[in-house]
This record gives sequence, C-alpha cells and structure tokens, in this order.
Amino acid sequence: MSVNIVPTSPTGPSGKPVKTVDMHIGDAAPGCKKRDPILVVDGVRRSFGGLTAVDVDHVEVPRGAITALIGPNGAGKTTLFNLLTGFDKPDSGAWTFDGRPIAGVPAFKVARMGQIRTFQLTKALGLLTVMDNMLLGAKGQSGENFFRALLPFLWRKQETANEAKALDLLTRFKLDAKKDDYAASLSGGQRKLLEMARALMSDPTLVMLDEPMAGVNPALTQSLLDHILNLKAQGMTVLFVEHDMHMVRHIADWVIVMAEGKVVAEGDPHEVMKNPAVIDAYLGQHHDEDIGEDQPEHIEALKELLDDER
Amino acid sequence: MIDWGAIFSNAAVELISPTTAAYALAALGLAVHFGYTGLLNFGQAGFMALGAYGYAISILTFGFPVWGAFLVGVGASVIFALILGIPTLRLRADYLAIVTIAAAEIVRLLFTTNTFAAVTGSANGLSGYKNEFAALNPLAEGSYGFGPFENNAYDTWLRIVAWSIVILAALLVWQVMRSPWGRVIKGIREDEDAVRALGKNVYAYKMQSLILGGVFGTVAGMIFALPRAVVPSNYQTTLTFFIYAILLLGGAATVLGPIIGSMIFWVLLSFFSGFIARAVEAGWLPFMTAIQGGQLRFILVGVAIMLIVIFRPQGIFGNKKELAFVR
Amino acid sequence: MKPNQTARSFAPRMLVILFGVLLAALTLSTLSIGPAHADEIGTEYDFRLSGNVQFDGDPVEGVLISAEGNGYEAEVNTDAEGKWTIGVPEKATYTVTLDEDTLPEGVVVAEGDNVFEAQFDLISTVSVNYFLGEGVRETTSFFDQFVNRFFNGLNFGLLLALAAIGVSLIFGTTGLSNFAHAELITFGGLMTLVFSVTLGLPIWLAILIAIALSGLLGFSLDAVIWKPLRRKGVAVIPLMIVSIGLSLALRYTYQFFFGGSTMQLPGAGMADLKFGPISLSPIDLASMGISVIVLLLVAFFLLRTRIGKATRAVSDNPSLASASGIDVDNVIRIVWVVGAALAGLSGVLWAYFRPGVSWDMGFQMLLLVFAAVTLGGLGTAFGALVGSLIVGLFVELSTLWLPSDMKYVGALVVLILVLLFRPQGILGRKERIG
Repeated sequence: MSVNIVPTSPTGPSGKPVKTVDMHIGDAAPGCKKRDPILVVDGVRRSFGGLTAVDVDHVEVPRGAITALIGPNGAGKTTLFNLLTGFDKPDSGAWTFDGRPIAGVPAFKVARMGQIRTFQLTKALGLLTVMDNMLLGAKGQSGENFFRALLPFLWRKQETANEAKALDLLTRFKLDAKKDDYAASLSGGQRKLLEMARALMSDPTLVMLDEPMAGVNPALTQSLLDHILNLKAQGMTVLFVEHDMHMVRHIADWVIVMAEGKVVAEGDPHEVMKNPAVIDAYLGQHHDEDIGEDQPEHIEALKELLDDER
Repeated sequence: MIDWGAIFSNAAVELISPTTAAYALAALGLAVHFGYTGLLNFGQAGFMALGAYGYAISILTFGFPVWGAFLVGVGASVIFALILGIPTLRLRADYLAIVTIAAAEIVRLLFTTNTFAAVTGSANGLSGYKNEFAALNPLAEGSYGFGPFENNAYDTWLRIVAWSIVILAALLVWQVMRSPWGRVIKGIREDEDAVRALGKNVYAYKMQSLILGGVFGTVAGMIFALPRAVVPSNYQTTLTFFIYAILLLGGAATVLGPIIGSMIFWVLLSFFSGFIARAVEAGWLPFMTAIQGGQLRFILVGVAIMLIVIFRPQGIFGNKKELAFVR
Repeated sequence: MKPNQTARSFAPRMLVILFGVLLAALTLSTLSIGPAHADEIGTEYDFRLSGNVQFDGDPVEGVLISAEGNGYEAEVNTDAEGKWTIGVPEKATYTVTLDEDTLPEGVVVAEGDNVFEAQFDLISTVSVNYFLGEGVRETTSFFDQFVNRFFNGLNFGLLLALAAIGVSLIFGTTGLSNFAHAELITFGGLMTLVFSVTLGLPIWLAILIAIALSGLLGFSLDAVIWKPLRRKGVAVIPLMIVSIGLSLALRYTYQFFFGGSTMQLPGAGMADLKFGPISLSPIDLASMGISVIVLLLVAFFLLRTRIGKATRAVSDNPSLASASGIDVDNVIRIVWVVGAALAGLSGVLWAYFRPGVSWDMGFQMLLLVFAAVTLGGLGTAFGALVGSLIVGLFVELSTLWLPSDMKYVGALVVLILVLLFRPQGILGRKERIG
C-alpha cells in the first residue's frame, strides 16, 4: 500500500477501502432512484447505421461515491461516456448534471461545469512538457485570452499559483521528477497518471475515467487504485468504465451493468455479479463485436469477402 | 567566363529584399496555422491576394490613405478566415486543406475574371498605387547602404518598413506562443479532443489562430505588392506551396525558422538561376535552354520539399524532439 | 474567453450574410456588361496584335477582342475608331477571338470565322482584321443551350470521375490526399501525344500504350516512394506534403521537356454532329462511351472480384483487414496501378475535352477532382463518381448564368456550402469520436 499524502485516508483500519452504502431508494434494479444523484440520464439513444449503440431509459449516478460502469465489449459504455460529456450527440434523450440540464451542451462547457473525463486511449499531449500538460488543465486562466496573452504581467501571478498547484499534484502522482520532460517520453501507465492529474487541475466535481487501468503496468495498478480512492476521499464523485472485475469489486461502491446499449443491472459490486442478467450479458457476448465496435458498416466488405470463402 | 561576382551579388540582394520579407511573413503566418495549431491552411496565397488587392483597390478606386488601405486588406482577410473557418474547423484536418485551397482559387479567379475588370484590372492586374506609400518616406533623396545592399531612398524605406513588420510579427508570435494562449494552441495541435475535455473552446482558438496567421499572410501580400504590380497569376496555388517549402526548410513550429528559411530559399534560388542562366550562356550546359534552366529551379524546389519532409521534418531550426509535425 | 463566445454565437449568421454578399456579387456580375474601356492592353510588351473593326466603313466601338496563347490571356474593347491593340509577351501563336455578342444587332463576322490564329514571324506587330457583314446570328433557345451544356457537363463529369476514383481509392487505402494525381492525369495526355504525334502510331494504340505506361508509373511511384514511406511510418500529413513536392517536381519536369505550349491530339476539334438540339462531336460521344464502360468495369472490379472486395475492406478498416489475412501492401499496389491508369485515361479524355495537351493540364483539373471526391465523401469510390457528375454538370451548367471565366468558381463555392451542411459528403459516413 502506498503512502497517502492526502489527510483523509481512503482506506479503513483494515486496509480495505471504506465503501459508501445505502445510496439507492427501493430495490437495486436497473434505473433505480438514488438518494443524492449527481448525474441523471433519461431516454438517451444513439444509433450508428442500423445498430443501436446506446439505449438507456433511466439511470442515476450517486454523488460522492465511486460508480463502475461495466459490460461486455460493444455494450455502449464508451459511447455513453461520449454522449454524456458532449463529445457525441444522441438521437434523442436528456440528462442533468448537478441538477442542470446539459443535453446539447458542447464538451468544453460540460468540462467547465466540473464534469471532467479521461479517454480510453490516453491523450497525453506528447509534444508538450508534463508541466504544460498540467497547466492546460487549470480553469479560468486569464492568459488564455489572446490579447491578455500579450501582456505577461496580467497573468504571471496566476501562472505561478497554477504551477505550484500542478507541482503539488505531480508530487502526489510521483511525476514531479518528469515535469520538464515531453509527455511523449512517459510510459503508458505514467501517461494515465498524468491524464488523471491533469483532470484534477480544474477541481472537478465528477471525474469520468474511461478504462483507467487499460494498458497499465501491474506495478502501477495499486497506486492508480489509491488515487481513484483518494478522489472520493476528497469529496469528488467518480464514474469509471472497467473490465477488471477484481478491481471493480475492490473499489466501486456501486456498479451499473450495460449490455447491447441498455442498462441491464445495477447494484452493490458483490451482489450485482450474481444477477442472472449480468451473467447472460457476459456469456451471450458475440465475439465479432469485439472488433467492429459501434461501426458495423465499416466491415461490410470484409464480411462479403469472408462469405465468399465459406 | 562566368561573372561569379554578379551571381553572388544578385543572390546577396535577395537576403533583405522586400520579397524575402513578404515570404518570411507569410511563412510565419503558416507557422502559426500549421506548426503551432496543426491547421492545414493551403490558401495562404488567397490571404496574400486579398492583402495586395485590398490595398491596391482601396488606393486606386476609393482613394484611401495608406492606413485605410491597410485596414481594408486586414479586414478582408479576417472575413475570409471566418468564411473558411466556420464550415471547416469542426471537421477533420484534410477538409480544411481542400477548402482553403479551393477558396484561394476562388479569390484568384474572382480577381482574374473580366467581369470586375474595371476594379481589378482582370488578368493584367493593377499598378500605380505606390505614390501614397512613397509619400510617407522620411528619408531624403539619395542612396543608402553598401555593396549589393545599396538602394535608393524609396527602396530603402520599403525595406525598413517590410523588415520592421516582420520583426514585430516574430516578436508577437514568440510572446503569444509562450503564454497560456499558446499552450492551448499547441495542445490543440497534439490532440484537440483532450483540450476540449479540459474545458477549452477549441473551435474559438482555432479560429483565432486562423485569423492571426491569415492577417500575417495579408500583410505579406501588401509587402509583396509594393515593389511590383498586382497580377492575379502571382497568387496561384504554387505560391502557397513555395511558402510551405520555406516553412519546412526553417522549421514549422519555430519563430526564426520561417524568416531564415525565406532568406535561404531566396538567396539559393537567385544564386541558382543566376548560375544556370550564365552557364547556359557560356555553353556549359549545351542540352539546356535558358527557359529550361528556369524550370529546373522549380523541379529542385519540389524535390527539396520531399527530401526535407522525409529526412529532416523538424527543419533547420526545429527541435528534433519537438518534431515540428502534426500527425 | 468572452469575445470567443460571442464570435461563436454570431458566426452562423455572419456566414449567411457573407455568402449572401458573395452570391449577390456573382449575380450582379452577370447583369452588368463588361465595363472595361481600355482599347490598349499589355502595352508593356514588345509584340503587338492590333486591328480595326468596321462595318460598312463605319468604326464599331465596344467590340470585345480577346487573345489567348502560350499561357497568356488578355482582352480589350475597340475604341471610338474601332481600333484595338493587345500587347503580348512572346512571339508565339495566339488565338484571337471577336466576341460576336458585343457586335450591334444584325451584324456578324461575314467572311471566315470570329476566331483567328495569329502568328508572329519576323515582324513585331500582327494585324488581325475581321470583315463584318449583315446577317442574323443563330441564337439558340435557353432550353437548347441547357440540354447542350448538360451533355457537356455529363462528359466532363465522367472523365472527372475516372480521375476521382483513383484519388478516392488511394485516400481510402493509404490515407494520402495525393496532390501528384494531377501529374498522373497530365502523364496520360503527354504519352498519348508522344506516341501518336511524335512517333506516328495510330491514336487507339497510342492511348492504350499511354494507359499502360500510366499504370506502370503508378506502380513505380508506389514502389519507389510511397511504400518505403509507409514502412518508415510517415504520418498522413507529411505524406501529403511529400505528394505536393512530387507534384511540383513532376509538373516542371514535364514543362522542362515539353515546353509551355498547348499541343493538339489527332482528331481534336472534329466537327459536331447534330442530334436535335444537341451538338456533340464523335470524340465527345466516344469519350462518354469509354468513360461509362470503364466506370462499369471499375464497379464490377470493386463489387464482384476478390481483390476488389479486399480493396474495399482495406479502405474500410486497414488494421482489421490486415488482421484477417489480406495482403494490404498488395492491395495498395493494385490501387496505385489502377488509380494511375484511370488517371492516364482521364488525362487523354481531358486533352480532347479542353482541348489540348499541356504540362499543367492535370493541375488545372486537380481541384475539381478534389472537390468531387470531397463532395461524394472522402474515401468512398461511388461517392467520388456521384461527386464528379455533380461537379461536371455544375461547372458546365453554371456557364448559362456565370461568365465562362468564372465557371470553376461556382463549383468551388458549392464544395464549401456542402461541407457546411453535410460535412461527411453526400455518400460519406459520420466520424466516430473517442
């Protein structure tokens, strides 16, 4: 277990994470109400060509907890992420963040409201230094206006403050020694850490992590888990997509299961895996969905070719 | 047999010629677009044409003063940048390339057509707009400079103004690119979705970059027009390609690269064409005519573009690590 | 950040206004009669074309005379004495045209044509005189003009499609926007010229040889330049810039060897046949026939043959296709050969359509090819066909309203408008983010 610099410890005396409980109202069924939801999704649909990638009737994400979004490949998890963060537009549907409707709000405004996401394939800005990557995350910088950019004395002070904050975060994520290196020189796991640290520069209320563990060296896994737990300890809400069930069980307070675009189950991480709908979803998974995710028309010619050979 | 002195001094003249300054400024604009922001603007010739025509038409047709004509050109390029940017800046990079190249051709064809000949002079272009600029010359009649850099008062005045503008523009780029604004711009070059996810209005930043670089191109067009006439055939797509050659030569994401690149480009081009012309005259190249010698230059520019991109993509001044390239 | 937000919200409205102004300018331009009053032009040059336009001994003022040749173009209106002068840069052959639309009603060029080939020999001034007489010019009805333009546009669109499919397939399989495609087009025209005119082979054989050589050029370009660059892992945009350099180098190499003049292929300028209101030359008919047959063959290749299907699979998803055991390098090689051969054929047909073969003929067409490919949707072969037909028809039909020297403007404006409203092109598919 790594050392936690944050005052509030995310783990209990036994070394196990402290789970948040009793978040829902009524049965833990798909679309059940939460006591204090931060994100409420209603009737969101998105189809690509003929295939419906996302078709969610109702789902709520509890505030102040770590929620995992799981499901087999092609279940529409990333597409739902893209829709909720404004990176993609749904065919229909509405959703609120912190009580404010944000359907149709562009991605950058969603981010400014405090809902920050990361990407499945890391998007560290390779030819910027680690420090510049961090500084880019800070909100409300006056030097980001073109005309004020010309007059350094207008933004120098804010820049220095941001640098101090960035250095603090980098130290926590053990990247401070690399602050002047190009992000391209970092390892895959370090880039994931950088992306998470960068997201924290804006003091978000909801952090959405798309497969934070994918491609990460096992040695770094534990520290990444601790960082996610720390987010909760600091009062942030976390929603993350993950495949590793062991990890989900370890840190998630609540699990939402998606299959073929729909929410098929919800509940406590230990209970939800016993749900027959979840087992069905994983067993009934089509192997070819693995590759052509969400874009069935892109493999039309290949299918024809394979048909010929049969 | 060959007058090497003349070849060298003719080449040296290009070092500080207004044309070199104009290309340097236009390339600096492209550095903002392509090197820093990752925008594939292939319409820099269109921005230059707007500057040249905006300036010339304002003076000849409307009798504007120099500053008024300058503002007309700049205003035209801002509008042009908006027209280009609004439909394309949300789309993939190659769409911007195709739209900008098309828009620059539209501009050139509109200046070439006989329909507006009364204002644009159609294929023959415009001339006779230099007096207003010359009248501002504070230098007394006479000759300034030394050796190949000796010029009359007007030409010296033109060089001073042209290079002052280039230096100011370079300082401006240097300053904004080390500010938070520049950080966002460079972030967009690397991955615009990541920057968007951090709450930056990527579209607005790209638009600002397009306008800034475009205005540089427009002012470059005015500098380019002052030592000669404005002729539409000067503003073909090839002009944009030459400016790309200069940018790549110097280094796409650098401030000094476009300027030094322009100097090297023009000195070498002048040296080469001077040498070929005299070598043909002297009978050294019996298989070639003087006209073919001129074409050989362009072949070499084309080959040079390919070789630089393949073997030294960061240019002369670029940092090998901060590979001045957009993926 | 405040100013950015306002700029953004006003942007669409601004754009509508801007396009409105542009369209208004284009419309106005067709209403106003050529306002040029100069009776002398190009006086800075040493060589001059000049003449006198008179009818029944009286001078005719305001007649539009244009000269074109050797890459130079100029035009002038006759003055009050009916005189005109056009200066030209070099001693070469110029085509001098009297615009009959600018003659007074009831007056036509009586003897000979209104087009005159003027040649400089030893003298520096050539007189070009037209003899006018009374007569009625045949004016065609709007409908007839429309039908004629329509078929011209179809012809142009089809030959554009031949080149566009190559661009589209290359883009689809390799991600390269190939600017040097223009030079593949020119290559077809130039090789036909060499084998038919210079070496005296029959034209059909010359064309076949030219197409075969074009295919070979495509093969060599892929083998010598593109394949090694792919191996090196050079990204898409540097590749595109390499193709720009290659385009520049090849184009001026052509000029180096073939000079700057325009040369005709055998059979160009054949008389038109009349089919009711439609007048088309046998060459136009052959051109359309060949285009349609070849396009059908390409469609068959892509839809029915193994290698064609593999091509589409690579175009859809290269890494997946590669993982499924398709030899991607082989597919790309075939795409280059086929694309270049089609471009070569397109160049031959373009040489008859323009008419004439010149060193930059492909480059003149390149933007329209790109416009067609973008309109149809980048990377879809059938989109390229549809886009080409639209561009071809638009270019030709727009001359009914626009002055002919602005016919490309209309097509390029449409390109920008389509991108505004349907960015993925007409047949393209939406991009997925994330």
